[in-house]
Amino acid sequence: MAGFDIDRVAYLARLALTDEERKAFGAQLETIVAYVDRIAGLDVEGLPATVHGHDVNNIFREDVPTEGLPTEVALANAPARVGDEIRMPRVVE
Amino acid sequence: MMELNKLTIAEALAGLRSGAFTSVELTQALLKTMEASQKDIHAYVTIDAEGALAQAAEADRRRAAGEDAPLLGVPIAVKDNMNVKGQPCTASSRILEGYVAPYDATVIAKLRAAGAVFLGRTNMDEFALGSTTQTSGFGPTENPVARGCVPGGSSGGSAAAVGGDLAIAALGTDTGGSIRQPASHCGIVGVKPTYGRVSRYGVVACASSLDQVGPMTKTVEDAALLMNVLAGPDPMDATSLDEPVPDYTQAWAGADPERPLAGMTLGIPKEYYGEGLDPEVRALAEDAKARAIALGATLKEVSLPHASYGIPTYYICMTAEISANLARFDGVRYGLRVPCDDVVEQYRRTRAEGFGAEVKRRVLLGTFVLSSGYYDAYYGRAQKVRTLIRRDFEAAFAECDALLAPVTPEPAWPLGAYQDDPIRNYLSDVLTVGVNLAGCCALALPAGQTKAGKPVGVQLIGPNFGEMALFRVAKALELKK
Repeated sequence: MAGFDIDRVAYLARLALTDEERKAFGAQLETIVAYVDRIAGLDVEGLPATVHGHDVNNIFREDVPTEGLPTEVALANAPARVGDEIRMPRVVE
Repeated sequence: MMELNKLTIAEALAGLRSGAFTSVELTQALLKTMEASQKDIHAYVTIDAEGALAQAAEADRRRAAGEDAPLLGVPIAVKDNMNVKGQPCTASSRILEGYVAPYDATVIAKLRAAGAVFLGRTNMDEFALGSTTQTSGFGPTENPVARGCVPGGSSGGSAAAVGGDLAIAALGTDTGGSIRQPASHCGIVGVKPTYGRVSRYGVVACASSLDQVGPMTKTVEDAALLMNVLAGPDPMDATSLDEPVPDYTQAWAGADPERPLAGMTLGIPKEYYGEGLDPEVRALAEDAKARAIALGATLKEVSLPHASYGIPTYYICMTAEISANLARFDGVRYGLRVPCDDVVEQYRRTRAEGFGAEVKRRVLLGTFVLSSGYYDAYYGRAQKVRTLIRRDFEAAFAECDALLAPVTPEPAWPLGAYQDDPIRNYLSDVLTVGVNLAGCCALALPAGQTKAGKPVGVQLIGPNFGEMALFRVAKALELKK
């Protein structure tokens, strides 16, 4: 196992950590990664991946228009809104 | 005076149908017990007394008008990760505090159509990540039978509600044992249906390739009655399968009362009886084996050779899916937002504030196993090991009708124990995660109690869509109260 870079992983996960969490999680995750690393010893050459319980693909329902959530209902849980839109910080430079 | 809160679904339906009591009386009896138990057991995150009584009155009105339905007027508890329209749905996370469900999950719509009354939402490990219900953002639940101990998890609130007679029955979800393990710790029946048997639409996603909704009940018959309502395909869940839904209560019909398991072969997976099993848990599993033989079953030792890879494989696959599924909790469309001028900072602070420690740990682990440079060694490899685990079960089912094994290596442990030792907690799932990785079905049922009075269960594991065999065996093995 290569080193567990807590700062890189926390950035990718969009998770701010306190110094205390950084230390505690860093140490715990090193141990957990070392534990799950035991699958490294198995020969899996040529085996197919199991992504979920059944080998079924391309499940479609009839393409029939149905009522979606009304705007008011969809926006009712939004933490901040302007009119019929969700308010967000500026994302363009 | 009959204690209405202690009734099973079958008993409640009989009483409602004969007019011995009304749904309003039944619901009132439960609400009174539930409210009194909240300060110590804390099975519920939210109780909807007003809604439940209105639904009960409506059920009574329908019944008075000559109508009937499979669960008409029966009060049910729902794990807090299923959307019940107009009610809070938090998955016991602070990040969803204040969220109100805009629609019914398919399982809720089905129960509603069957006439069920919704008592409230039960406590759980935050986002179903845990085995003790102690990672809930709203405080732990106590085991109503083994007092001072955890109820198990993640569906610990549902198990405590049913085991403590604070609901007639409940729904849980099982991703790696989250129905079976708490059922075992609280002395009730819990079913993890075959993947694709029950719709996941409207259920807060934990690990989508592993999650299933299932019944948590006082008896095997009740679990079959609920499965009759829950099972079936759903156009809103592309992973639900269009397999015929049998009448699960017919599973034990016509069996010889003396030897109801005659002709059945039960596999004994030797890896599930290995070292590390608590002696009392082992003794109760051996007792179940002896009863199965007395009831006519043939026992056969089988092997699941990759069982010891179950926990590492599960904690890679599950956390990978968690990290992807929980990306939606970013403070944009719903839930908590910690406002900030910079959007990435807003995501980071919102998630830091809203998620508890176990959620953060698993999101970090899942992000790591999916990250560039590590994907092939961890997630890619784990998916292939998952194939080996699935094939182990397929090979075992070629030799038997179902497997019989313990549910957990040890009985419920004291509240607060082992909280700083994640691996210790993860290992408690060692006998349950294989079923979820393989996709097959399993049923946990009470096997007795330890000398200290802690409930212990055994599980029956069946092939895909083999629930009928599980119900047949479980009905025969069920201990008389």
